[in-house]
Amino acid sequence: MDLYQELILDHYKNPVRAGLRDPFEGQSHQVNPTCGDEVTLRVHLVGTGADAVVEDVSYDSMGCSISVASASILAEEVTGGTVSHARETYEAMRAMLTSKGEDPGDEEAIGDGVALAGVAKYPARVKCALLSWAAFTDALYQAEGAQK
Amino acid sequence: MSAAPFTDEESARLRADFPILSRTVRGGHPLVYLDSGATSHKPTVVLDAERRFYEHTNAAVHRGAHQLSEEGTDAYESARATIARFVGASADEVVFTRNATEALNLVAYAFSNGAAGGGGGRGDRFCLAPGDEVLVTEMEHHANLVPWQELCRRTGATLRWVPVTPEGKLDLEHLDSVLTERTKVFAFTHVSNVLGTLNPVHELVERAHAVGALAVLDACQSVPHLPVDVRDLGVDLMAYSGHKMFGPLGVGVLWGRPELLDEMPVFLTGGSMIETVTMEGSTYAPVPQKFEAGVPVAAQAVGLAAACDYLTALGMDRVHAHEQMLTERMVRGLGERSWVTVLGPADLRDRGGAVAFAVEGVHPHDVGQVLDDRGVEVRVGHHCAWPLHRALRVPASTRASFAAYTTPAEVDALLEALDRVPALFGLEVPA
Repeated sequence: MDLYQELILDHYKNPVRAGLRDPFEGQSHQVNPTCGDEVTLRVHLVGTGADAVVEDVSYDSMGCSISVASASILAEEVTGGTVSHARETYEAMRAMLTSKGEDPGDEEAIGDGVALAGVAKYPARVKCALLSWAAFTDALYQAEGAQK
Repeated sequence: MSAAPFTDEESARLRADFPILSRTVRGGHPLVYLDSGATSHKPTVVLDAERRFYEHTNAAVHRGAHQLSEEGTDAYESARATIARFVGASADEVVFTRNATEALNLVAYAFSNGAAGGGGGRGDRFCLAPGDEVLVTEMEHHANLVPWQELCRRTGATLRWVPVTPEGKLDLEHLDSVLTERTKVFAFTHVSNVLGTLNPVHELVERAHAVGALAVLDACQSVPHLPVDVRDLGVDLMAYSGHKMFGPLGVGVLWGRPELLDEMPVFLTGGSMIETVTMEGSTYAPVPQKFEAGVPVAAQAVGLAAACDYLTALGMDRVHAHEQMLTERMVRGLGERSWVTVLGPADLRDRGGAVAFAVEGVHPHDVGQVLDDRGVEVRVGHHCAWPLHRALRVPASTRASFAAYTTPAEVDALLEALDRVPALFGLEVPA
């Protein structure tokens, strides 16, 4: 099955940067009500504005391989980069996941995220892959608000 | 002599009545539909009955005096009689709703309308106040839980519940502590939509009546699968849906004891359900019309009656025997796999036609995806019974559920497709 790329299963079994850590300025809890998957995700920023650096993304993800792998890939891709880079990564991921399979994903922009391209062909699973990103954008918004 | 499952020949004949069962999915795999607990497929006779209503009889029933309206009303009321007979009831005890969820909401709202002193109710049976209690169980579908939560919030009554045991049965040992003189309603399911647990309805009804509580039964997972007789069960009110029993979408049933329905305040109001209307106020039609506001779901009712006739011709005792055979095969097959845990009662006599299970270390979403890749369609998630899953300490489950048209070969197809899971997800499987 092309949905379950080795890379996805690797992230699922050994999620990168898993666990909730301090310090953080923003935290978000998201639930997928159709299956009960849950994620709590924290963002720690250093600096302000678009050049602020995402110093840490920590999370507790309870869900299927797609949702856990997606959280792991998110943490890997955005940690250490700027806020504007994180937003670009999110936009590229979202575009790929909602393309119904048209957009294969750009490895430059989303790294291991391309392994999730197959998810776009299964509408019921897109939400699994986007759950942690919804938590991230919400937590980021709060973190930026906290700095003001 | 007890009824027998359908033979292979009978099975093949009856499957030919369901056009959708011959389609393929996911790149040419024959459809193996094991999600009838969510919704069943429809035989041609049901589709034809609904279509014929629209083509020959279509009219707003109980309105107008022209010929189509007469014929439409007659078709609708004949359907009501057939549907009532199917569960051992009289026609005037059957109320059509959009689905079972609406039927349960109707009852819950009748109580709060009664508490507000309105709605054409009589007596105080349907008045709920602070100090009163509503009892449900931890295994309920959200449809038989959330309306009661909201009713308690509106009236100040208290919601209590019967917990489930780790085996997925109701914990009746402490029933006395939650079912008391304060309990005004005890709402519970006949068969768990997740675990297939068959609850002891007679005992529960007796206990409810002993403290003066009304017994409300969610029969969504029993009426399509086993013989159900409302008089024998002894319940006061019962809700079930049409689409899970080979009927069309958009029609559900509330059955009630006639004197109760008569006392019960109305829920949805408007056209069709009135007796007289003035600018100052209105009086309401007799049962069942007083609960059927708006143009009724006539074509769907006619389709559902055709489904009842179809099931009656199959024989509900045989449908039940057939699904018992499938359940046994599924539970045994899953039990042979050390990496699978079957949820729910171990004793098959306590089970209906649904089997939920968990694969250690693999999320049900992923299990379902692997099955779907081979055309095996099951339900994954919490199946609208989140508290039950919390009680069983699993986040979600995979559920296979059956209908009369399900075959032993389909059970085997699930097991075969399931065997791909360990290798795909790197599970350690003892040889």
